[in-house]
Amino acid sequence: MSAHPAAVRRRTAAPVATRANALHPGAWWIWALGLGTAASRTTNPLLLGLLVGVAGYVVAARRSDAPWARSYGAFVKLGLLVLAIRLVFAVVLGSPIPGSQVLFRLPEVPLPDWAQGVRLGGKVTAEGLLFALYDGLKLATLLICIGAANALANPARLLKSLPGALYEAGVAVVVAMTFAPQFLSDLARLRRARRLRGRPDKGVRGLAQVGLPVLEGALERSVALAAAMDARGYGRTADVPVAVRRLTAVCTLGGLLGVCAGTYGLLAAQGAGFGLPVLLGGLALALVGLWLGGKRSLRTRYRPDRWDLRAWLVSGSGVAVAALMIGAASADPAALNPGVVPPTAPELPLWPAASVLIGLLPAFVAPAPASGGGTKVRGASKVAGAGKAAGARKAAAADQETSASSGSPAIDTRTTPRKEAT
Amino acid sequence: MIRFEDVSVTYDGADAPTVSGVELAVPEGELVLLVGPSGVGKSTLLGTVSGLVPHFTGGTLRGRVTVAGRDTRTHKPRELADVVGTVGQDPLSHFVTDTVEDELAYGMESLGLAPDVMRRRVEETLDLLGLADLRDRPIATLSGGQQQRVAIGSVLTPHPRVLVLDEPTSALDPAAAEEVLAVLQRLVHDLGTTVLMAEHRLERVVQYADQVVLLPGPGQAPVLGSPAEIMAVSPVFPPVVGLGRLAGWSPLPLTVRDARRRAAGLRERLAGVAVPAVEGAAVGRAASRAEGATSRGVGTADRTEGAASPGEGVAAGQSALSVGADSLDGPVRPPGGRGLSGPVTEHTPRRRFSLRRLKPRPTPPATAADAPVTGPHDHTGSGPHDHTGSSTGTRNTVTPVTPVATAASLGVHRGRIEALRQVDLTVSAGETIALMGRNGAGKSTLLSAFVGLVQPSSGSVRVSGAVPHRTAPRELIRRVGLVPQEPRDLLYADTVTGECAAADTDAGAAPGTCRALVEELLPGIADATHPRDLSEGQRLALALAVVLTARPPLLLLDEPTRGLDYAAKARLVSVLRGLAADGHAIVLATHDVELAAELAHRVVILAEGEVVADGPTEEVVVSSPSFAPQIGKVLAPLPWLTVGQVRTALEAGA
Repeated sequence: MSAHPAAVRRRTAAPVATRANALHPGAWWIWALGLGTAASRTTNPLLLGLLVGVAGYVVAARRSDAPWARSYGAFVKLGLLVLAIRLVFAVVLGSPIPGSQVLFRLPEVPLPDWAQGVRLGGKVTAEGLLFALYDGLKLATLLICIGAANALANPARLLKSLPGALYEAGVAVVVAMTFAPQFLSDLARLRRARRLRGRPDKGVRGLAQVGLPVLEGALERSVALAAAMDARGYGRTADVPVAVRRLTAVCTLGGLLGVCAGTYGLLAAQGAGFGLPVLLGGLALALVGLWLGGKRSLRTRYRPDRWDLRAWLVSGSGVAVAALMIGAASADPAALNPGVVPPTAPELPLWPAASVLIGLLPAFVAPAPASGGGTKVRGASKVAGAGKAAGARKAAAADQETSASSGSPAIDTRTTPRKEAT
Repeated sequence: MIRFEDVSVTYDGADAPTVSGVELAVPEGELVLLVGPSGVGKSTLLGTVSGLVPHFTGGTLRGRVTVAGRDTRTHKPRELADVVGTVGQDPLSHFVTDTVEDELAYGMESLGLAPDVMRRRVEETLDLLGLADLRDRPIATLSGGQQQRVAIGSVLTPHPRVLVLDEPTSALDPAAAEEVLAVLQRLVHDLGTTVLMAEHRLERVVQYADQVVLLPGPGQAPVLGSPAEIMAVSPVFPPVVGLGRLAGWSPLPLTVRDARRRAAGLRERLAGVAVPAVEGAAVGRAASRAEGATSRGVGTADRTEGAASPGEGVAAGQSALSVGADSLDGPVRPPGGRGLSGPVTEHTPRRRFSLRRLKPRPTPPATAADAPVTGPHDHTGSGPHDHTGSSTGTRNTVTPVTPVATAASLGVHRGRIEALRQVDLTVSAGETIALMGRNGAGKSTLLSAFVGLVQPSSGSVRVSGAVPHRTAPRELIRRVGLVPQEPRDLLYADTVTGECAAADTDAGAAPGTCRALVEELLPGIADATHPRDLSEGQRLALALAVVLTARPPLLLLDEPTRGLDYAAKARLVSVLRGLAADGHAIVLATHDVELAAELAHRVVILAEGEVVADGPTEEVVVSSPSFAPQIGKVLAPLPWLTVGQVRTALEAGA
């Protein structure tokens, strides 16, 4: 084998995504949950920002044009909303953090005796606000990680990985999830129609008046979909002998009871001895029930996603980030949870930060979406924000290196706007 | 393959059966077309084949339906899924998954076919329907024709022996409809699939049918026969059959090709005769002739020579109005409505609209900021001016008057897609324009731009001098009204009366205005009827009345004939003609070439967001293979477009 560097790079560069090489959705979820776990171990705003930047960058580089990919923006907004609510609560209801640096005082509402321990208004301290900020940031980061998984993994494909017995319930969930975007587009359409009637298309009253027609429309569509699904064989079942059906019921019920009893045993003060075995036994029984239940379903699976090397790398990077962060948290808790009382400037701990960057791996190994991405990358660097510029710049530079040598036009078009952005 | 034995269906709460006395046998490997006016139970009859009626819809089915030997009384729809494939009217509500390939596989997964069989069939079906390039695409991003093909493909993969289709081509542009029908014919010819299909647009499908089932009226027993036999007696028939009936050809021609072979004599007879004008067309036609297809309506403002002063402009408009009114009932009028729907239709309104009432109000002056600098007489003459083609020589000497609406190098972006690019369009009073083009060519976007629903990213739009997206809705409805693709979107109230009262308030019109309009467009509708219970055609008429209550000089309709049968369409045609004669400018976005031929003075064809043709109807459509109406194709190269025109000429000659 000749080891020409350009040829090697071209061979190792991520392929363009097709149905055949699509990454297993489970890998994306493990990666995202890994980042989320890491986020739950720290309140250091710099590390949290870095995590958000890593998730945002990977989403920008690897999400497709599909409808579910647009959910990322909604999750980012939700995260910001959670942060804002957390801060408002800290201001209005006060904070358990003992602080000395009073920023301002709100008029305090006197509350009756039975509401002791609850405070409305009063002094607002810098320490309390800082604590709320860190706490809210942690929650927001968690949400953004979940949003990244939603944007990157196709929910319908994930569904295909469910056991047969759960499939039909799963379809119902996925259909219900597609209901929301359709509902929103109906709402937009009817509000436009209001404008055609000469009524203002904004405001609460406008919304209320179109509410009923929108609901009616959504209901009608659901019924039409249900009819179509029925006509296409949804819910066909195989004939299962009565004995097997009864066994299924016994296994499932017994298993669930076992799980409940086992958990109780584990949690209760005495009885820890029988708790674990009962829990495990119940779990096994429930799994047998699930497997037997699957026999009733005739379904087969069309081209299920394979768990290949890329899936291992993607999920592995997430697990690595989580493991290293947990390790760092036990080794040096102070660096991951910067002091609030008294307030200290957070520092970026070198090794945890480096381990977070492992989470960028999917942006290079996951198959690249087929087309479009320029505008999204630009949007993502905005999401990543100025504080995270270091990580993003590093990543962008690395990506430019790989793409500069690859001849693929799809990747070339993506590089140009990124240069502008960074 | 499908047997109906004395079938009748009664829905819960209905006092009479929707269909009754159905005694039919559909043989294997035939394409059978189900025809009949709206509301005769075509969809119900189709539903009994897949078992959705009555298992899903409720109601009582008497008699017996068997498909491939399976009785639908004892088999639920899901148990018939391997022999019957059903595609409903709206393909979007049919999709369960989100990408093309998964959708094709969904039915097979439910039936539990082996993975290698599924893989092979998906590949075969992708090729059969020409979907191979779209396999990874999310379904939501496909065009209407592509979606319809995916819907058909998704029920084909389990290899059903019967395919049931409810209006598969109604929502499609002519080219996409051809695509879908070619696929169906291939299935019937190559795979021996039995196809049972209902369709309103007979001009598209009747030539493909092996047999036709006619449902003559609600609750009446169906008649089965060869297409030519049935078309001879059917209350619904395509224009080419209308021409055949008119000329007394027997057997009736069903295709343009058959008709052309017969039409040599007719063409000779008509060669020397002048084509009767589309009524109320004097203004538009003369003007568009003068300017022709070359100028893309840039110079249309020139054509209002008659309006030298406000007083004269109004006077001229009114005199033209009365001329228009006369011509409505005069001998020149091609009896479009009756001509199309034939002697069996009794729905053609005998009463003409009281034209005075419907006359668009003089346009309110534009808000100062938006108004272009024009003379005071600019807004007065909304009616057609006394104007003939002969006065074109004077065009340079007269001050131009603002047309009803203009779009100048208009560009609109929707997300990253450029929906419209450099579109120039001028709409004059009394003119009817048909916007045509593929699904997704930008027709609806252009209409939306005129009512301010989308904001131009470049260029400008003016409607009666106002910029639509910056005008308050309450003001705007007096300048322009749009009937959307789904007229139901416009209706909120739970009774017709409530709807009308709301419309009067919205428009600031005198109470009762809207109700009077409804009474004219849709005689005999009870006050307490829920808009949801109206038929498609009635709902359209109600929405039209609501929009007209504000008396906008510009009326826009988006795909108005979707789901309308020929009788409802004929009524719509006569209503719109009356409005055009009253001086309303009308712009229709439509795939229906026959409607465009009946109504439009000018046809504008859009492709990829650009205007690719703009000119008088007969010039634009006669030369186009996909946009020519059937009569145009039969009588080409003569510029005759409708049965009505031919009838008028023949009657005048006789």
